[in-house]
Amino acid sequence: MSKNENITNIKIENLDLWYGEKQALKDISIDIPKNKVTALIGPSGCGKSTFLRCLNRMNDLVRICRIEGDVLIDEQNIYGKDVDVVDLRKRVGMVFQKPNPFPMSIYDNVAYGPRIHGLSKSEVDERVHKALEDAALMDEVRDRLNDKAFSLSGGQQQRLCIARTLAVKPEIILFDEPCSALDPISTSKIEDLILELKKDYTIVIVTHNMQQAARISDHTAFFLLGELIEFGRTKHIFEDPQIKSTEDYITGRFG
Amino acid sequence: MSRRNNKEKAIEVALLMTSGVTVVALFLLCIFLFREGALLFGDHSLVSFITGTSWYPSSSPAKFGLLPLLAGSLIVTAGAVILSVPLGIAAAIYMAEIADPKVAQLLKPFVEILAGIPSVVYGFFGLIVVVPLLQDLLSLPTGQTALAGSIMLGMMALPTIISVAEDAITSVPSSLKEGSFALGSTHWQTIYRVILPAALSGISAAVMLGIGRAIGETMTVMMVTGNTAIIPGIPEGLFDPVRTMTATIALEMGEVPQGSEHFHALFAVGAVLFITTFIINLIADSVKKKYRLQEEA
Repeated sequence: MSKNENITNIKIENLDLWYGEKQALKDISIDIPKNKVTALIGPSGCGKSTFLRCLNRMNDLVRICRIEGDVLIDEQNIYGKDVDVVDLRKRVGMVFQKPNPFPMSIYDNVAYGPRIHGLSKSEVDERVHKALEDAALMDEVRDRLNDKAFSLSGGQQQRLCIARTLAVKPEIILFDEPCSALDPISTSKIEDLILELKKDYTIVIVTHNMQQAARISDHTAFFLLGELIEFGRTKHIFEDPQIKSTEDYITGRFG
Repeated sequence: MSRRNNKEKAIEVALLMTSGVTVVALFLLCIFLFREGALLFGDHSLVSFITGTSWYPSSSPAKFGLLPLLAGSLIVTAGAVILSVPLGIAAAIYMAEIADPKVAQLLKPFVEILAGIPSVVYGFFGLIVVVPLLQDLLSLPTGQTALAGSIMLGMMALPTIISVAEDAITSVPSSLKEGSFALGSTHWQTIYRVILPAALSGISAAVMLGIGRAIGETMTVMMVTGNTAIIPGIPEGLFDPVRTMTATIALEMGEVPQGSEHFHALFAVGAVLFITTFIINLIADSVKKKYRLQEEA
């Protein structure tokens, strides 16, 4: 058992979220531990992706979205008045459902973050190489860093997006169903990578795939209709769920 | 069964013929334009037409030099592009990215109305407002200058540039935008580092279409540019009167006897104009195609 076992990284208290009139998240409270993988599962439309997007304030882009409650990262409320969203998103990176590399070279994709944050040329270069190594992509792209990112396969593109996120040196990485558009081999590569990354990062991952949640996560949260139904160690959630609807979902009775 | 097939065939043939009419019309127009234009080159050489520096159709012998007219068209168009492209792209960025959707919805009809104003009205406005204003502001002998033409043409090209560029910007996938935001970039960084490069070929197409609109425009330029067939200097020629190819044809065609040398010279100018716009459209088309390919990738 590592010494970080009980350190809370992200603490959410009584979070409510509305899209216009519709309430999408209801009174969510959850403590997400540091340097662990926390999986968010639940049927489509249950609010798990919406919840994930609260953690880096991606919902700010949605005009009709309204939020109440506290999201504390290292005890700081990220919805506080003095919080700079740009700084927050540097600390909390995100990988999306569909690989979304920018229409530029492989190198420039990874260099994008360091460059906009004003790093020098040599620092950028260092970050790009380190990030590509850490994302287990370097061996495949070493000779063609100046090729267009679109020339990569889907799985490689997703690892490129992970490298792009790592290059900004976040503390937390959010994954929004990162494997849903990938084949099984690419998926297993990404899963291995996530297990590797949790040594250095706190990881929150939304997934539709329950085997995936069971394979890679330490803790699992089950969402249903905008509510957090059950949260605990992945082993307990899958082997001994306390609530009937969790058990029904996990055993495939609905979803 | 065979009756149904016959009916299908008949409809297909009918549709083929209607679309064929367009092609045939274009073809006939080309033949007419180039044949009438070519008839100039009995007494005059093609070289003297293209490299001639004076257009004196009624002197004797008459001189039909294209350069003053070509240069007039180019300087007016270049000025229009320089004025309208930054403005148009800025407006497109504002409407697509920054403005509240409600405000953008409110602005769009205004841009469309701008496109619907007849060119003679632009010309009238230019003549009454812009020309005297330029004369006063820059203390010029006359306000009827290439610059006046550029300002009016720039205004007329704006709606095309704005709406095509706005389309290009809005069609950048939102996943790219989110990806950029998620890395901690500001809205402006996202716009100029991700959105504009991704929309670049669409924006270039917008610019080319704007140029095409400007170079072919006749009535407005004729009313505000003074129509003096002298090769303008660059850039000071912007403040002199110039005469464009289009204005020359419009001004002189009514006066010339059909079949005369002058008549054929005007057709030759028309052919040059046709070739110019054709090339510009071709370029606009190829960048648009490239843009579509990129989107599919």
